[in-house]
Amino acid sequence: MSLLIKVGLASCGLAAGAGEVYDAILKHIKKNKIDAEVKKTACIGMCFVEPLVEIYDNEKKSITYGEVTPESIGNIINAFSKGNPIEENVIISNVLRGSEEKTFKKQKRIVLRNCGVIDPISIDDYLDNDGYKALEKSLKEMSQEAIIDEIKNSGIRGRGGAGFPTGLKWQFAFNAQNNKKYIVCNADEGDPGAFMDRSVLEGDPHSVIEGMIIGAYAIGADEGYIYCRAEYPLAIKHLEIAIGQAIEKGFLGNKIFGTDFSFELHIKEGAGAFVCGEETALMASIEGKRGMPSIRPPFPAQSGLWGKPTNINNVETFANIAWIILNGAKSYASYGTEKSPGTKVFALAGKIRNSGLIEVPMGMPLKEVIYDVGGGMKTEKPFKGVQLGGPSGGCLPAELLDTTVDYDSINKTGAIMGSGGMVVMDTSSCMVDIAKFFLNFTQNESCGKCTFCRVGTKRMLEILTRISEGEGEMEDLDTLEELSQNIIKGSLCGLGQTAPNPVLTTLKYFRDEYIAHIKDKTCPAGVCTALLKYEVIEDKCIGCTVCAMKCPVNCISGERKQVHNINQDACIKCGACYDACKFDAIKKG
Amino acid sequence: MIFGGVCKIMKYKTEIDIAINKFIGKKGALIPLLQNVQDIEGYLSKEVMSYVSKKTGIKLAHIFGVATFYSMFRLKPQGRHIIKICKGTACHVSDANSIMNEINYQLNLSGEQDTTKDGKFTVMPVACLGCCSLAPVIMIDDNTFGKLSPDSIGKILKRYE
Repeated sequence: MSLLIKVGLASCGLAAGAGEVYDAILKHIKKNKIDAEVKKTACIGMCFVEPLVEIYDNEKKSITYGEVTPESIGNIINAFSKGNPIEENVIISNVLRGSEEKTFKKQKRIVLRNCGVIDPISIDDYLDNDGYKALEKSLKEMSQEAIIDEIKNSGIRGRGGAGFPTGLKWQFAFNAQNNKKYIVCNADEGDPGAFMDRSVLEGDPHSVIEGMIIGAYAIGADEGYIYCRAEYPLAIKHLEIAIGQAIEKGFLGNKIFGTDFSFELHIKEGAGAFVCGEETALMASIEGKRGMPSIRPPFPAQSGLWGKPTNINNVETFANIAWIILNGAKSYASYGTEKSPGTKVFALAGKIRNSGLIEVPMGMPLKEVIYDVGGGMKTEKPFKGVQLGGPSGGCLPAELLDTTVDYDSINKTGAIMGSGGMVVMDTSSCMVDIAKFFLNFTQNESCGKCTFCRVGTKRMLEILTRISEGEGEMEDLDTLEELSQNIIKGSLCGLGQTAPNPVLTTLKYFRDEYIAHIKDKTCPAGVCTALLKYEVIEDKCIGCTVCAMKCPVNCISGERKQVHNINQDACIKCGACYDACKFDAIKKG
Repeated sequence: MIFGGVCKIMKYKTEIDIAINKFIGKKGALIPLLQNVQDIEGYLSKEVMSYVSKKTGIKLAHIFGVATFYSMFRLKPQGRHIIKICKGTACHVSDANSIMNEINYQLNLSGEQDTTKDGKFTVMPVACLGCCSLAPVIMIDDNTFGKLSPDSIGKILKRYE
């Protein structure tokens, strides 16, 4: 019996030890002379059970195992080939009961159609899965206008966060009269807590490239750039390989498919600046300048890269294009809601059980996303809030879990859809701390061009820091709100215009927590260190000395078998004693 | 100082010239050029930036402006291994601070100091490494380590010589 074994080797899998598992498989099948083909694939989205290994036989029986180790894989392969597969750690399968079938059934995978299924650096694998058929159809059978109409009719909106209709954007670039036009893919995924684009680029780079070539043909561009952040080395590597393969097969270069259309594609590595996710800043960066946004109009469609008409879309938007062309606008629009058609990829992270990537039809209530697809909470502590849209977004409380995920419903709450990061928090997260965290981020990343963004975020951060240290006053809350409104009005680009959102939403939905910090000088979640105090509970302490040994500043004293004592003046509130005590004899409050 | 700088350029001159020749005259090439040059010495020294300016005709002020704008460019020498500590949202709620404290404690770093005295490690907090499901995460050179606790740090650092 010959086997096909696929190992998920994306960044997340590698970090979980998939590389060692892959080596162990090769060694095992060689040593035991097992007839098997071993393939590398990327991330199927279930990062929480990585490393993942999928085994097929020639009767198409398949089992995906999770949390595989180099030690366990030998037995898994042996048992599978004997026809008596191991039933533990089965994630999905067509012969056994998998633990994650329910989460998979609720998803609709368009963008992630090939992720974790094909070998991302094999163009033949991509071609076997209808790859570059949409490009062929576009170039041979469709006019530029027909493609733009198809994209317009699909109703797809920009997946980078703002949700501008993609078809309309293409129309503007098409209408611009110029003999030189550019198309750009924004892969500068900087939102902390979001990794959709990384997964797509690592797992299915050709789908993004194909979408870009179709877009270039539609608007009349002959040159393109993929601007990818340098923190994603594997994504860049896969893109480089994929572009080389596409050139070799004639999908990139001169006279593609024998037509008059030629297209050249480059990769530009970012150099670490969040603001470069903003389109005008991104273009400045490609031109080799400091990545600072500029005033619009003129919009990129009139004057973009080097002053030429330019169309910019996000990775996920481009990854949808080939599917829409092949399956038609109507079938795309049959998913999702009327105003937000199609599907959306979300990166689930934080205190959620199934952290990883999911793709669901737009319009699904948050509750269903978190509890059904995401498997609910990871910890025993209850749900407190979900942060949507990264530093530009907001925190929503449990009462708003019936909100459906589509651009307009989420905007109404004060959060934004953003690029699709969803960080779930339990009661161990402090909302003042979260607001401070995001403000710290945006304040650091503000390019400094607009005064309100540069100075305003700094002042807001100072106020939040004061509140988190128990030095805040009630008037501070009004000042925060006023500053927020001014920053929104006084900033040129999306970074400043959305920077106050985390503060505004936490003030709106978690105001009590701010008041507790200000009036009661306590942090209800026990996060803000300045307001914490660690004390030994005398009745419970047996004098084991573990806490004293763990304390990095040696501020715990006490003889063996005697009650210990923490010197409050020297304590740095690191919590090492609290974590180390096996007898719950340290009180945090 | 200037003499020392020239010596340093002489030491890496061939490599730096190769990098410059690869990009010279290409549109928008300054950032990849500086990335290439930085890879040679590990950071961008004043002398190297002046040299690039002289060779390419790009104004030194422009080069310095770009080098200070992007967080990836380093103006100080750095350690043999770079430890990137993820400070993304998911890592933050999974207590990335305790990981950071433990690393600084083990490496004897305090205040603004980010490189160990023996030049072995440079610690760099970064926005998000995109491995949120394995939070908290650090990356040493090109290897990612996830699901960390302060206890696991010592063992990981020991792997690097």
